[in-house]
Amino acid sequence: MIYQKDTAEPSYLDYKGKYKGIFSWIFSTDHKRIALLYMFSILTFFAIGATLGLLMKFELIAPGRTIMSAQAYNAFFTLHGIIMIFAVVIPGLPAVFGNFLLPIMIGAKDVAFPRINLLSWYLYVTGVSLVVISQFTGQGPPDTGWTFYAPYSFRTAGNMLPAVFGAFVLGFSSILTGLNFLVTIHRMRAPGMTWLKMPLFPWTLYATGWVQLLATPIIGITLLMIVAERTLHIGFFDPTLGGDPLLYQHLFWTYSHPAVYIMILPAMGAISEIITTYSHKAIFGYKFMIASVLAIAFVGYFIWGHHMFTSGMSGTALYTFSLLTFIVAVPSAIKVFNWIATMHQGSIDLQTPFYWAMAFLFVFMIGGFSGLILGSLAANVHLHNTHFVVAHFHFIVFGGTGFAFFGAMHYWYPKITGRMYDTRWANIGLVLFFIGFITLYGPMFYLGFKGMPRRYYDYDEVFHAGNIVSTMGSWVLYSGLVIIVINLFASLKSKIKAPSDPWGGKTLEWTIPSPPPVENFEEIPTVTKGPYNYS
Amino acid sequence: MWLFLFTEMLLFGGLFVVYSVYRFRNPVAFHLAAQELSVTIGTINTIILLTSSAMIAMSITALQTKNKKLTLFLLGITILLGLAFLVNKYFEWGGHIKEHIYPGSSILALRGQGDVLFFGLYFFMTGLHALHIIIGLIFIAIITAKIFRNKITFNNYVLLENSGLYWHLVDLIWIFLYPLFYLIT
Repeated sequence: MIYQKDTAEPSYLDYKGKYKGIFSWIFSTDHKRIALLYMFSILTFFAIGATLGLLMKFELIAPGRTIMSAQAYNAFFTLHGIIMIFAVVIPGLPAVFGNFLLPIMIGAKDVAFPRINLLSWYLYVTGVSLVVISQFTGQGPPDTGWTFYAPYSFRTAGNMLPAVFGAFVLGFSSILTGLNFLVTIHRMRAPGMTWLKMPLFPWTLYATGWVQLLATPIIGITLLMIVAERTLHIGFFDPTLGGDPLLYQHLFWTYSHPAVYIMILPAMGAISEIITTYSHKAIFGYKFMIASVLAIAFVGYFIWGHHMFTSGMSGTALYTFSLLTFIVAVPSAIKVFNWIATMHQGSIDLQTPFYWAMAFLFVFMIGGFSGLILGSLAANVHLHNTHFVVAHFHFIVFGGTGFAFFGAMHYWYPKITGRMYDTRWANIGLVLFFIGFITLYGPMFYLGFKGMPRRYYDYDEVFHAGNIVSTMGSWVLYSGLVIIVINLFASLKSKIKAPSDPWGGKTLEWTIPSPPPVENFEEIPTVTKGPYNYS
Repeated sequence: MWLFLFTEMLLFGGLFVVYSVYRFRNPVAFHLAAQELSVTIGTINTIILLTSSAMIAMSITALQTKNKKLTLFLLGITILLGLAFLVNKYFEWGGHIKEHIYPGSSILALRGQGDVLFFGLYFFMTGLHALHIIIGLIFIAIITAKIFRNKITFNNYVLLENSGLYWHLVDLIWIFLYPLFYLIT
């Protein structure tokens, strides 16, 4: 192990710029500081969203009213959805770890447009603030669910305008981040780093950038149409004015399905990095990994219809969307096989991030397979809008992206902070988190299969047992989460300084000191070898 | 910049999809409603925008050949033409609103769903386009001021080129809006 050298250049954490105190953060255009700004804001909103989820699960512990009114429950799941989707999982990995590591991993000093990068953080904060404001002003909070389905979204008395407009602003933030990454990857790779020498995490960010850029404008205009519908009564989607609510669903999912890949692709990239580092072995099928990332991003545009199997579409459309849904599962499966093949005959170092990666594989596969059940037309009719969907969705999005996020957090924590965290508490947190996760969402498959609808405040006595188990799972999950976060914060004061390469990783970020100096590299490296050179 | 313009195209692309779906559903009403729009004003506005686009393109060349006076002159004309477009638009919209044709109007609602949709889309799409014109004009005005104060010269004309590109995009969108609303009758 190489321990940190005493470099003349201060690390980005100690750097004294034009501004002092908090202003040195919120006016900074350094990609590493912006990444941490994102991390703190995302963690804050994640805590809010998770608390809302916890309260909702507590409400569902028994039929009838437990702690909140039906209207409050509607508002809770709406806010939980908007915050978790638009403010946590979509920006999660790209904006935090992408911002921090993308320039370092490709050997650049910063992203292509540092000021636009900061602007996108401001847009992000503005967007979320608008969403939060919608809860406390006007005639009551929004109650449509995060999908804003027409025609209810412009009929409800709830305060939709700020919420919808907030989501619109968040979309812009996402577009700018994607654009920035695309240009950075195209123009700023270090000399010698050809496309096929680029690590997989930047590759997934590249694919994600295209999805952000090409899909987000659609939701932008759709949300604007909802705004115009509410303020000007134009009648885009209002059947009484000749509009078509189904068209809204098409436009909405044209974005929101690719958005799922904005969430999961960088997660897959982070998992690839983690698995290859701890196996001390080059990733299996590097080129296939890239091809499957691009395939997922591409096919992901054409499968939005599977959210609308029961909404009314022609038979041909149904078959096509179902078939394409099955096709998109193939590249994901290739990735899972490649990850496992990477571990085969590797010399595995059992560290916390590796456990996270294993947990990721487990829940991701359950999520993926349940997705295939939902993707088949006949089963979908029975399972549509039940708790089965909720379970599938959380296994993929929370299980996939969330586990990868925490895995990435533990993997790059020494690089970001320059300290090592307490492994024992990190592992305890992970175990609780994992057990809680399975206990919380596992029973939902059963409940959904039995016919319990999603988003319902009340339920029949038949579903009582499953709900009790599920609610208890939410407590375990939440306590695991608290332990993980407290441990990470407490470790900031840890005396154990991180070496520049604590795990034996081979990508460029492990060649510079932890925490990285302001300019990342004293001298821009020249790349001659592939990214995972363990031979 | 090109990538950003791409996202703008997609933004309007979503609206064009909505337009085509509703046109397909209400062919007769869209046909009749489109006849009410003044082709004259539409054509004049098209000519105005195309000319202004040519002006800004010429101003970029003028700056590259270090002719500051000509650059400022051409940019001035671009801004004037953009304002003329907005004035035209104002009178056109004003005329419709006088006839109680605007979204949410009860008199328009009596005429049936096709008309409501057509004029709803008309106001929304041309409105969003006008908003782009205003943003574009602000950019061009800022850049003109910078050229005036020698902040932008022949060796760093990227900003001017970008605002030129943006202006061409605004123009391009209009080229689509114009036949869709005014010409297909």
